[in-house]
Amino acid sequence: MSVLVVTEAHDGAWHPMSFEALAAGQRVARAARRPLVAGVVGSDLDPLAEELATYEMAEVVCADHSALGRYTPDAYSEALRQMIDQINPSLVLFPHTYQTRDLAPKLATSLGRPFISDAVAIRCEEGETVFVRQLFQGKLHADIVAAEEAPHFASLQSGAQRGDSAQRGSSAAPVRRLQIAIDAASIRTRADAPYQEAADAVDLGAAGIIVSVGRGIQSPDNIPLAEQLARALGGELAASRPICDSGWLPLDRQIGSSGQTVAPDLYLALGISGAIQHVVGMKGSKTIVAVNQDEGAPIFELADYGVAADLFDIVPALLKALKNVD
Amino acid sequence: MRIFVCLKQVAARDSLLRVRRDERWIRDDALSHETNEPDTFALEEALRLKQRHGGEVVAVTAGPERAASTIREALAKGADRGVHIVDDGFVEADAYRTGQALAAAIGREPHDLILTGLQSDDAGFGQTGVVVAELLNLPYATIIMEISANGGRLRCKRELEAGWFQTVTLTTPALLTIQSGINKVRYATLMGIKRARRKPVRRYSLEELGVELRPQQRVRRLYPPQQAKQTEMLRGSPAEVAEQLLAKLRFEARVL
Ligand SMILES: Cc1cc2nc3c(=O)[nH]c(=O)nc-3n(C[C@H](O)[C@H](O)[C@H](O)COP(=O)(O)OP(=O)(O)OC[C@H]3O[C@@H](n4cnc5c(N)ncnc54)[C@H](O)[C@@H]3O)c2cc1C
Ligand SMILES: Nc1ncnc2c1ncn2[C@@H]1O[C@H](COP(=O)(O)O)[C@@H](O)[C@H]1O
Repeated sequence: MSVLVVTEAHDGAWHPMSFEALAAGQRVARAARRPLVAGVVGSDLDPLAEELATYEMAEVVCADHSALGRYTPDAYSEALRQMIDQINPSLVLFPHTYQTRDLAPKLATSLGRPFISDAVAIRCEEGETVFVRQLFQGKLHADIVAAEEAPHFASLQSGAQRGDSAQRGSSAAPVRRLQIAIDAASIRTRADAPYQEAADAVDLGAAGIIVSVGRGIQSPDNIPLAEQLARALGGELAASRPICDSGWLPLDRQIGSSGQTVAPDLYLALGISGAIQHVVGMKGSKTIVAVNQDEGAPIFELADYGVAADLFDIVPALLKALKNVD
Repeated sequence: MRIFVCLKQVAARDSLLRVRRDERWIRDDALSHETNEPDTFALEEALRLKQRHGGEVVAVTAGPERAASTIREALAKGADRGVHIVDDGFVEADAYRTGQALAAAIGREPHDLILTGLQSDDAGFGQTGVVVAELLNLPYATIIMEISANGGRLRCKRELEAGWFQTVTLTTPALLTIQSGINKVRYATLMGIKRARRKPVRRYSLEELGVELRPQQRVRRLYPPQQAKQTEMLRGSPAEVAEQLLAKLRFEARVL
């Protein structure tokens, strides 16, 4: 039995998290002494399959079909069921993308097997695969094991493994094109082409300093306080998603998986808990400062400097100290 | 249109979480609980669809006795009736088993639309909605930002990553998972709270639904996360902390 990594690509371009899952798959397969197989699903897959074959693995398998051009859960789960049937893997590993969130629970359920979603780490212990998941929004972690027969399904959180640690092979792996049958009539959803709402008005990617506010700011009336601090530091103001959802700041200032990704020299997080969907948008920052009154907030796992206090005490003090110097 | 909304009761957001002695879950006894926040957006969306298209909104929960208050709250906000699958085991159940129970209860009645939240704040599987859809053999779409219903046709705005979206069209009966923040949720009025008392709640046991909560995945150990990075915590009065922090940023990190 093998380890199957299901990669993701759109319109001929890789989703970068595919290589994070691939790297993790290589590691797990090595530890479990099982062959690694990489699967790719879509249409016109030859160039992608050839590129994938340059990585260290037993083989690449392709589910290439005209009905798989754009993702739908019905067609993709059918294709993957046929792939799994032909490969017979013990573990099927996905990157935890939006597509995986949509697809993997259906696939696993249709086979009556567990899907261990959004793992931050995977390790092998005495022949058993142990997955680490975040619970309670990252405040606690849990070691999870499957309690059901194989195949087991799992997805890997963004950043859990470095994509560039995926190893290339000494020679190209064989590519196998699977016979896939999909009945177009069985596809119950119509998915239109993706679109972007409006081009980002502010490009926070260029900012050297970002002051970012979360729900700890409590009211739109307190936004000017954070704005003052951003100005005093010569930086830009940004926010977590709930702040933009509430309309307290415009959407183009949202940081995270559904907003912008930034990597400033300084990221000052005020009243942000540090949910993974926020963290993926800012974890590349050079220096991270977190002000949060809950010392157990996950943002402190990531911060270089932490202040476990009320931001309404700390921000005025910072403003005053900045004034004293200048 | 008959709309079922799945609501989970979870530990309140600011709870002090303590790991239970067997390290499999938290101590549930001394906590206060609330409706999983993402689910309140699903409920609001259901109530708005009912306002536009008529029909009925049914609030469904799978949880221990205490979860009755989540149903009551939904009834007070305007849901017409409730379904409560009562079992303590749901607190630690996995998405597959919870989904089985929800599908079994909802599947007993005609249903046009099922709405769920995106993710539970405690277990965070992000799966239960899709599991229910698959078990009931329904088409579905996830992370939905907007719904327009026209007869049995649903046109939905689905969120993709990094500011991209997509229109997905499907026909009822169907299931949608609702993205948080897509609407402004209403509060219960006094009148609503009064009316809720007379609204019916159907209670089910697991036996009645023929579901067992034998886990498919298990928590072996629950623990506080280890620090990935060496975080320097700054302590003192606000003025002291501010001075320290600015000094660190200037001379240690050199980012100011
Ligand atoms: C598919 C999906 C996509 C998502 N995309 C994004 C995204 O792009 N960006 C994003 O940010 N989120 C995103 N989210 C939401 C994310 O999961 C979190 O819900 C969100 O980031 C939480 O925002 P927050 O930290 O501001 O709020 P909370 O989690 O509520 O945290 C508020 C924090 O403020 C602290 N606090 C309260 N009062 C004070 C005070 N006076 N002083 C100091 N601290 C205080 C609290 O201790 C708490 O830690 C997404 C979620 C999903 C499921
Ligand atoms: N025990 C439950 N009772 C009712 N609905 C639930 C339950 N568990 C999960 N859900 C629904 O499924 C969604 C996703 O939950 P999860 O898969 O646990 O992240 C939640 O937002 C709820 O709408």
